[in-house]
Amino acid sequence: MEYGLKPLGREKLWLWVMLVPTIIGLAFGTIGSLLATLTLSFFDWDLIGTPTWAGISNYVQLFQNESYMEAFSNTLKFSAMYVPSVVIISLLLAVLLNRKIRGVGVFRTVYFLPTVTSAVATALVWNMIYGRDTGILNFMLESVGLSPVCWLCTNNAMLSVVIVNVWGAIGEGMIIFLAGLTAIPRDYYEAAELDGASGFQQFLRVTVPLVTPSIFFQTLIAAINAFQAYDYIYMLTRRSGGDSSVPVAVFSIYRNAFHFFRMGDASAQAIQLALLVAVFMGVMFWWERRYVVYE
Amino acid sequence: MTKSLQKTVLDTLAYLVLGIGALTMLLPFVWMISVSFREPAQQYSRNLIPDPLVFQNYADLFRVLPNNAFLALVYNSFKISILTVIGQILTCAMAAFVFAVVKFKGRNLLFALLLATMMIPPQVSLIPNFIIFKYMHLIGTQWPLILPAFWGGAFGTFLLRQYFLTIPRDLVDAARMDGASLFDIFWRIYLPLSKPAVAALAIFVFKDAWNDLLHPLVYLPTDMQQTTLTVGLAFFQQQLQLGGKFTVLMAGAFLSILPLLIIFFIAQKQFIEGIALSGVKR
Repeated sequence: MEYGLKPLGREKLWLWVMLVPTIIGLAFGTIGSLLATLTLSFFDWDLIGTPTWAGISNYVQLFQNESYMEAFSNTLKFSAMYVPSVVIISLLLAVLLNRKIRGVGVFRTVYFLPTVTSAVATALVWNMIYGRDTGILNFMLESVGLSPVCWLCTNNAMLSVVIVNVWGAIGEGMIIFLAGLTAIPRDYYEAAELDGASGFQQFLRVTVPLVTPSIFFQTLIAAINAFQAYDYIYMLTRRSGGDSSVPVAVFSIYRNAFHFFRMGDASAQAIQLALLVAVFMGVMFWWERRYVVYE
Repeated sequence: MTKSLQKTVLDTLAYLVLGIGALTMLLPFVWMISVSFREPAQQYSRNLIPDPLVFQNYADLFRVLPNNAFLALVYNSFKISILTVIGQILTCAMAAFVFAVVKFKGRNLLFALLLATMMIPPQVSLIPNFIIFKYMHLIGTQWPLILPAFWGGAFGTFLLRQYFLTIPRDLVDAARMDGASLFDIFWRIYLPLSKPAVAALAIFVFKDAWNDLLHPLVYLPTDMQQTTLTVGLAFFQQQLQLGGKFTVLMAGAFLSILPLLIIFFIAQKQFIEGIALSGVKR
């Protein structure tokens, strides 16, 4: 039977008083907002005049709107590069740190630093590092005989922002994988060793299957972060006039809503972003049921 | 023999990879600090160690911006972040206690609903919330950044509920025998016993509020007296691109990350365990 403390008499009132903030949050913050955004997406509104009914035209226009399609495809491209990089690098780091070597604490702290510090502040220094003529990165390339790269020019900007975002995220991924790795019982490895499995075989046959719950969780988190990525990208790619050389979906929502005051378009874009997240999560949970091993 | 040799080789390789990785992770921080102690004329120098070493950039931060704007930015960031922490801890802990301990009709449904909202991207709330705050005439004030912290949240409620579930029920039953009310049990037993989880949540919330870019950008005026340190730095950079001193900008960037670095070094354990907790006990 499920445990539960029974509220006595007037305490029933207290119970709901304690829940009031959460219920307000659901009504205005999350579920209410979702419904409001959905409604707004069927109207044209500039925040000042009267909203006019627009039917599905805002959604149809999304696909004809070149700047939005560019932003949306940038978000997808970004995610396709970012998610595997974060998952693979942080798993690799966690496996290395799980070798019971000395100085684990120091490495953990160092890799975790960007997770704590603001994207704005660190993006400012990345801007200097990426500088074409003055940056330290090109200086390093030149000193080993390679030709300098224009890191933040249109052709390379996507790769450069992916690098910075991955740099900012692997610390957190590493911690999640480390927690998953330390939960694997040692006798599994001992049994595998008795059967003559090499270190690499042990990694493939014991570690990887047993760490699939963490891989699943980390992929989910990384993808959701990727769809909503904004801070580093905005700071590294913004141009004068508030434009960006790598516009992404969140940037487009922000611009349309608060710069051009096209609430209907911005709402339709926000709904499309929410749908992207929902579809992705659906696929992930289907994948979980098939491939994720829970002990 | 070969076994231990193999281990030595692999450990050395692990150190090599981890070490090169760690240097890459540190480079931006080291560079930020290095530039912040240089003379402006040396801002693009490739030498890591500033020569001469100057503290002028830090003093300039407080002089270059008009009307002590830098102090105002720091004050605004602290004020908004601390109020956000108080709001989240209070409202999330109350809800978490009710969901973890009290039995009432509709508990599971309401909790499931709350968890489901974790899937809604925050950008979806941005437009309706902006409209609500506009009708309340609060755009341009700091209220839209503070008030939402007082309406709970799925992540904080979930994290604290997980911790509350580990507190022995006998304590509750014993307190009940002594005539303690629901609120007493929450305030005198659950909150004091949950300091590690509350600390972890406080750090997360503080970090997110301190580092937030999008919401201050939407709600606050583009005025250095009103906005947060994070947004202030972003504006500052734009002004600097017209030919300013990156040495001063890096000093500002370093000061802006300093409070979180200090918190992180003091409370590293809570921070990292909090992340691991949210990942494992999903």
